[in-house]
Amino acid sequence: MSRLELRHVRKAFGGLDVLADISLSVGAGEFVSILGPSGAGKSTLFQLLTGAEHGEGEMSFDGAPLDDHGRHFAFMPQRDALMPWRRILDNTTLGLEVQGMRRQAARARVAPLFAEFGLAGFERHFPAQLSGGMRQRAALLRTVVQQRDMLLLDEPFGALDALTRTAMQRWLEQMWRHHRWTALLITHDVREAVFLSDRIYVLSARPARIVREIKVPLPRPRSLGGDAARQASALEAEILDIILNPQSIQRTRP
Amino acid sequence: MISVGLLLLAWELYATYSGIRPTILPAPSRVFEQATLNREALADNAVPTIRATLLGFACSLSAAFALSMLVDFFQPLRRALFPVFIISQTLPLVAIAPLVVLWFGFGLAPKIMLVALVTFFPMLVALVEGYESTEAEIGQMLRAMGAGRWRIFLLARLPSALPYFFAGLRISITYAVVGAIFAEYAGAAKGLGIYMLNAKNNFRPDLVLAAVGVSAALTLILFGLTVLVQRLAMPWERAGKKTGGTGPRR
Repeated sequence: MSRLELRHVRKAFGGLDVLADISLSVGAGEFVSILGPSGAGKSTLFQLLTGAEHGEGEMSFDGAPLDDHGRHFAFMPQRDALMPWRRILDNTTLGLEVQGMRRQAARARVAPLFAEFGLAGFERHFPAQLSGGMRQRAALLRTVVQQRDMLLLDEPFGALDALTRTAMQRWLEQMWRHHRWTALLITHDVREAVFLSDRIYVLSARPARIVREIKVPLPRPRSLGGDAARQASALEAEILDIILNPQSIQRTRP
Repeated sequence: MISVGLLLLAWELYATYSGIRPTILPAPSRVFEQATLNREALADNAVPTIRATLLGFACSLSAAFALSMLVDFFQPLRRALFPVFIISQTLPLVAIAPLVVLWFGFGLAPKIMLVALVTFFPMLVALVEGYESTEAEIGQMLRAMGAGRWRIFLLARLPSALPYFFAGLRISITYAVVGAIFAEYAGAAKGLGIYMLNAKNNFRPDLVLAAVGVSAALTLILFGLTVLVQRLAMPWERAGKKTGGTGPRR
């Protein structure tokens, strides 16, 4: 059963087409990625979903059209967007406080999750005292405690160094297996998309349209060795070929 | 500290051995001696200056804060109002101070107005630019959480402006003392400014310099206070520098 459903969504900024024609769906407990080149308008799609921008086409959640007041999504921006002046504990309660929860109650809800997110002992630290990976885990904790229907992850590991990013991808895959969040991930990292997703939508360069929908049949937990790894590599090669295919580049050139 | 000490030493040696008359350039030791002798008069005259500085600064701070919020919520106001304030900064204090005294008398009011005039714009600019420095992604995230404009202002824009606010505060507090003294210079019953003017007219450069020393000390104390308040108000700044990206110290 699909929860989020987009049909023929378009968006233009002052005559410049950013999203040409986007139709996609995300099912309950499904991890879906949108993969595309930089500047393809991936983040614009999230702006439409969170109501920051308005476009054409149909967007619905659980069968009801999306409007500005429906709060279905917990959004995790590209950089961690932690507030430097709030301690980690108070950063993670931010979404609950905005929802109107009392600070004490919000802290009580969040505090038990610190161990699972590898942040135990850092509750009273300021973000500047944490490493990039820990900051990103804190940002994810802030996102998931909002208990919204669905997570929107906008290149969450884009700003991390390669080693930390790989470690974070493994950690996120493991977390996702435990929690089965319904999640939509934006990324331009092919390996990341294949490693984390159940399905991948491949986007063209701007104006963005979906050029391919790819199911990732790899078993979970996702491993880094054996047959599965070979399958993953083949899939990655296939996707890279789609993205870098000269014909598709020519087609989008003016 | 060392550079100030060396400067004073050079001055002392020059004043003592060059044969220059103390009515032209008194040695620092003489200035200090006279300052001690006249400490009651100096203290008596410093009080109105401090009062004018602090009251004027409080006025300009409240006005700058109120207006910065208004400008932040209604962006068009910025283009309408900023030219007026920029022009206000080009007014030469030498010309405006006597006029303000002429219009509003020798009391406290014109001093407060002049201090406010010189400190208002730097504070307004610091606050407005501070709000704008808010990370775009924090705003986007708060909107996605369901926060309205007022909520976003309180949760994100206001704290983001703090470093700018304190930078502006440090600059304007030094302007504030100078502004108050200038206002008194143009006409006052009491105050460091009028004290300097009278000392000069009585050919007492040592007392002029003693008053300068008091005003410098006053500025330094106020400056130190802003640094102290900043440390207390922004504990995360120091925390980030002390242990950049390390683990908890258990």
